[in-house]
Amino acid sequence: MRIELVKRPEQSKLFSALSPFIALGLTLVAGAIMFSLLGKNPLDALYYYFIDPLREVWSLHELAIKAAPLILIAVGLSVCYLSNNWNIGAEGQFTIGAITGSILPVLFPQFQNWTVLPMMLIMGMAGGAAYASVPAFLKARFNTNEILTSLMLVYVAQLFLDWLVRGPWRNPEGLNFPETRNFHEYAVLPEIWSASGRANWGFVFALVAAVALWFMLSRTLKGFEVKVLGQSPRAGKFAGFSSSKMVFFAFLLSGALAGLAGISEVSGAIGQLRPTISPGYGFAAIIVAFLGRLNPLGIIAAGLVLALSYLGGEAAQISIGVSDKVVRAFQGMLLFFVLACDTLIHYRIRFIGMPAKTGEAAQNV
Amino acid sequence: MRALDGSETANLLEVRGLTKIFGTLKACDAIDLTIAKGEIHALLGENGAGKSTLVKMLFGSLEPHSGEISWNGQPVRIASPHAAKKLGIGMVFQHFSLFEALTAAENIALSLNEDTPISTIAAKAKALSYSYGLPLDPYSLVGDLSVGERQRIEIIRCLLQTPELIILDEPTSVLTPQEADKLFETLERLRSEGKSILYISHRLEEVKRMCDRATVLRHGKVVGHCDPRKETAASLARMMVGNEVKPVVRPPSEGIEKAASLLEVRGLSRKPATPFSIPLRDIKLDVRAGEVIGIAGVAGNGQGEFFEAVSGEALQDDGATVRIRGKDAGRLSISGRRLLGAAFVPEERLGHGAAPRMRLSENLLLSRHTTDRKAFLGPAGLVQSGAVKAASQRIVEEMDVRKSAVDPEAAALSGGNLQKFIIGRELDRQPAVMVVNQPTWGVDAGAAAHIRQALIELARSGSAVLVISQDLDELFEISDAIAVMHNGELSKPLPRAEATFEKIGLLMGGAEPGHVEPALEVA
Repeated sequence: MRIELVKRPEQSKLFSALSPFIALGLTLVAGAIMFSLLGKNPLDALYYYFIDPLREVWSLHELAIKAAPLILIAVGLSVCYLSNNWNIGAEGQFTIGAITGSILPVLFPQFQNWTVLPMMLIMGMAGGAAYASVPAFLKARFNTNEILTSLMLVYVAQLFLDWLVRGPWRNPEGLNFPETRNFHEYAVLPEIWSASGRANWGFVFALVAAVALWFMLSRTLKGFEVKVLGQSPRAGKFAGFSSSKMVFFAFLLSGALAGLAGISEVSGAIGQLRPTISPGYGFAAIIVAFLGRLNPLGIIAAGLVLALSYLGGEAAQISIGVSDKVVRAFQGMLLFFVLACDTLIHYRIRFIGMPAKTGEAAQNV
Repeated sequence: MRALDGSETANLLEVRGLTKIFGTLKACDAIDLTIAKGEIHALLGENGAGKSTLVKMLFGSLEPHSGEISWNGQPVRIASPHAAKKLGIGMVFQHFSLFEALTAAENIALSLNEDTPISTIAAKAKALSYSYGLPLDPYSLVGDLSVGERQRIEIIRCLLQTPELIILDEPTSVLTPQEADKLFETLERLRSEGKSILYISHRLEEVKRMCDRATVLRHGKVVGHCDPRKETAASLARMMVGNEVKPVVRPPSEGIEKAASLLEVRGLSRKPATPFSIPLRDIKLDVRAGEVIGIAGVAGNGQGEFFEAVSGEALQDDGATVRIRGKDAGRLSISGRRLLGAAFVPEERLGHGAAPRMRLSENLLLSRHTTDRKAFLGPAGLVQSGAVKAASQRIVEEMDVRKSAVDPEAAALSGGNLQKFIIGRELDRQPAVMVVNQPTWGVDAGAAAHIRQALIELARSGSAVLVISQDLDELFEISDAIAVMHNGELSKPLPRAEATFEKIGLLMGGAEPGHVEPALEVA
């Protein structure tokens, strides 16, 4: 027997909608296999992983905290990927955004009034955008591969943060711990509804950004430009769009959103800079972007799913004692299955039996 | 083997009831075809009639759903191109599959499945090429060769496998008239050696001249077998199209000499952008209001580079190099040139003139978003999809675009229908200057006539129309004057009354522009 992929004349709408769910299903199956190989009861493990974190209000707040940076970064990345710009360095832009956004509360702790927070957010976005402009410039000017440059800059940013918090920005009253001072009250992103949990305004930013970008992509000429240049650059050039301007647009936009996510995370969830401020949000957001079909509204849902995998990972560590690396394994499997299932949108699977059966199979097409 | 069944079946290939279905479309519906030994058999049909599908089944690259193929009287199953080659079926494709950075001999070696040393192959290829009058230097780089020479490699590569049946797909579409004559001589030699040839073409004159029998396809069905020598071009066309093709009418152009030049090109030169593209050298051209100027030339002589320079996809250093309606446009982008009243239709439909995965209405926006900003865009670049869809519907009706859905993706349309839409998209604006590269490449006869007529009417209503085409018949049908592009240079336009196939053919072959007369004497 032989399995063939047959190209569909048009993209399948059914599988466009269905493929993320198939991917999720396959991830659960593969996850169950993984847990049983680890010697755990797969059903228990999946329960603690995916159901338990959703049972209480405070943990829903935690879900929103984890989902906010994922969604913010992923919607920016969707613009990049739709325009065929492969920004893999959102983690670095997130980190630099967090650093530039923290300049005011760390270096000028006496400067305290209500203008601090808006300025921090703007500086965070500017920092993320500026950092993303490096691979953008290299690509537009020298045709450098942006996948490599943006990825390399992640490590530069992380080591820079590490140096800052151990050196010049270390809290003078912090007993030599590698941390900055705690942000003062004007520098902290407020909670949305503090009576029930910790979720902060970062989640609102994420929702607003997702809706705004959805509108831009689906309803405006700019969105059309993004898609045309991504799908067929020559047709885009024929339309009079500039691909080098698009490189900058996509990178600056996604960099700014990653920077906003960075400063929101630091000022909302953490309250200071530390050597590590992200459990890999910038990379997980790549999965979120694809799981959400590069559609900002889909990305909201996908962001919540990935956030759940973080929460579930923490819960599973505590309740069934598996390693925190299981989270990465889950996320990796999810991305793998999402990309694999996307094949179904453009291709049909055909099973071809022995030659005698060929005619019969063909009749059923 | 030939001697064994020679008396029983003189037919080399017999096809009975061959059917291929794509989705709901019967691309080939119960096709019957017989090819005798030593005949040149024409396969005629419009685009989308099923010629390519049929040939792909014969060459093993598609599997038929039903029907049978017999070879020398034996039923066979052709599972792959390799199996086809083993049987003795060789094919020369319309679009060459050659690596430009390799030599001719290396390209040939790649397609042979044996470990023959390159030197042996080169010697064989050279001997074969000279014996068939298709001289070829096996050590030349493909990138340096003309299209005609590249085709020779394909033919030699095919002949080296000593096929009994050679399938040629639109072989003359890329050749000058003189090169085509050479090819015909070769084909007649092959016939006299007892080889069979399946000749796919839509050029009826050629078919009448060379072919012994013809099979005509329409909408996937055989509509007739005939002897093309006994038919007229008109009767063959009628069989292909199913009804009379309206001849293109070219009303006399009066007072063009005095009309203003709407498109002026002065001293346009361009360095090659890639190692295999052609530099443009000092091109000068005027297209006046009311006239159609044709640019002939063998493919790959700089037409694509010229189109990009005129359209503004490639900018010039000096603004005065390209002037549109009297204004310097050389430094303007394609959108800027469109705003001056110009419209452009590139050669490549999918991926250049249209984005394949986008809907027709979105593809309308592709070239019209700047010129029709008021109609199609609201505040903040909001796309008025209602207006865009209405306009795209208007174009679909105007140009008779056939499609399977209300607003399908561009890639879902057949080439001819997409071309009608792309041309209609620009005509709908009533542009003052229209530049078209290969307006009817791969478009069926009925649609081609429609497009040509529309271009003439646009010119007669006061626009300047520039048509770049490899199809000489087309240029003679619609142009008021024809210039020839060769190796990045453009000849002076010859007025239609003075232009002949011979003169244009010589220019296409590289006779010095401006020295037509002496070259003719030699010929």
